[in-house]
Amino acid sequence: MIEVKNVKKSFNGVEVLKGISTTFETGKTNLIIGQSGSGKTVLLKSLLGIHTPDSGTISFDGRIYSELTDDERRDLRTEIGMVFQGSALFDSMTVEENVAFPLKMFTNKTIAEIKERVDFVIDRVHLENAHTKKPSEISGGMQKRVAIARAIVNNPKYLFCDEPNSGLDPKTSIVIDNLIQEITEEYNITTVINTHDMNSVMEIGEKIVFLKQGVLAWEGSKREIFKTDNAAVTDFVYSSNLFKKIREAQNKEV
Amino acid sequence: MMLVRYLSQIGKYFIMLAEIFKKPTKWSVMRGLVFKEIDDLIIDSLGIVSFISFFVGGVVSIQTALNLTNPLIPKYLIGFATRQSVVLEFAPTFISIIMAGKMGSFITSSIGTMRVTEQIDALEVMGVNSLNYLVFPKLIALLLFPFVIGIAMFLGILGGWLGGVYGGFLSSSEFIQGLQSEFVPFHIVYAFIKTVIFALILATIPSFHGYYMKGGALEVGKASTVSFVWTSVIIILANYILTQLLLAS
Ligand SMILES: Nc1ncnc2c1ncn2[C@@H]1O[C@H](COP(=O)(O)OP(=O)(O)OP(=O)(O)O)[C@@H](O)[C@H]1O
Ligand SMILES: [Mg+2]
Repeated sequence: MIEVKNVKKSFNGVEVLKGISTTFETGKTNLIIGQSGSGKTVLLKSLLGIHTPDSGTISFDGRIYSELTDDERRDLRTEIGMVFQGSALFDSMTVEENVAFPLKMFTNKTIAEIKERVDFVIDRVHLENAHTKKPSEISGGMQKRVAIARAIVNNPKYLFCDEPNSGLDPKTSIVIDNLIQEITEEYNITTVINTHDMNSVMEIGEKIVFLKQGVLAWEGSKREIFKTDNAAVTDFVYSSNLFKKIREAQNKEV
Repeated sequence: MMLVRYLSQIGKYFIMLAEIFKKPTKWSVMRGLVFKEIDDLIIDSLGIVSFISFFVGGVVSIQTALNLTNPLIPKYLIGFATRQSVVLEFAPTFISIIMAGKMGSFITSSIGTMRVTEQIDALEVMGVNSLNYLVFPKLIALLLFPFVIGIAMFLGILGGWLGGVYGGFLSSSEFIQGLQSEFVPFHIVYAFIKTVIFALILATIPSFHGYYMKGGALEVGKASTVSFVWTSVIIILANYILTQLLLAS
């Protein structure tokens, strides 16, 4: 469980996070949603320690990040898997080497053990034919899957994904969403996902945190989000015509 | 304001230097990185360094010969002048400046690209000390930089010898007499002390500019240019200070 208490963050005098408090639960897919520029990435990067909050605390199963020593922080980070918005694969390495990287760096596994584990996770994300390709030689969707494979290869306790399906077609998006949810349940991971994709919200939104201009405007589950009266949320949810029509259809049925 | 900014940059640079040696990367991984850097930085530079040294050595010798018009000045001085200029300045200092352009912009742009594509964040998030991972292998690889400069000295003198002898300015034995005259072993020591210091500058200043850059692809290009300017300026200043300290006192 990750607890966020009153986290604030400003850049050049502009407050981007205006005091966020929430919890992200273990074994669940927790979603951070909100419009572009609402502060999702900044919140995620604050959880990761890439940004240091100006005030407030973040604790990982009781370990308060700001009170840890440098070594403790690095140990905590080996328990974290992260899928960046732009995948952030190492472009000097092949797919296989990218995925093997955390194992080579942080475990004492033999080459054979590493290969076995890498083959397993690469199969898990359905990339059987990409082992020896470089990131520049595969599509954006495949890069995302490599990034997911790299994030989960060392059995993380915490998994963070920044827009895992931005730029992907709806079908591939669902495959990736389901993959992340399965992995989360299977290994009891605390997963936090940034998204503005309503399909993901409907598929895997077990806990949803809605940000609006750096303020936590609403939180709840995917069942609750379609019932809420919160104007900001409905405005965001029904900004797409498709969902507007679904709601109208539902209203007619009732 | 400018001064404060420079001072804070300098402070940041020294903090970076300390950071490079913390939480070292596993040797089994580091070994591969070091070999890759030796290949990219050292081996890849040998061609251009050899080419430049050979021809500049030749030109130094010819220029000296053309300017020694007084028949009272012995010809072997052409060999002497070539040796002095190649060993003392041309090979250690000017090859380093050229490498600030070649290696330096390579280092800045490769680290800068990793910064803008979040690869450095990815390393940090995994718990890797990214400065150690990225910069330490470059420092180790550049311990071979004196070897490159050694080659530059040798080829520069060889070029001078060929230019002088085959240009018909002096005989081979006169040139060699010049090479051997008034030889001060400490000059070689001085040249290699400079080389080692320049190698450290070449590894760290371009890394600094790449690592702390902000922005996108366009800024990577700008950072490479700024990095080249600063690396050359620092090499020239260090050269002045070292020469004063080692030779003039
Ligand atoms: N490093 C930074 N320096 C200055 N301002 C920043 C920085 N990172 C983010 N911001 C600002 O913070 C605000 C929130 O940005 P953030 O990247 O968190 O948005 P987001 O919700 O992730 O949007 P998107 O859905 O487009 O990814 C933006 O106004 C952005 O300009
Ligand atoms: Mg974002």
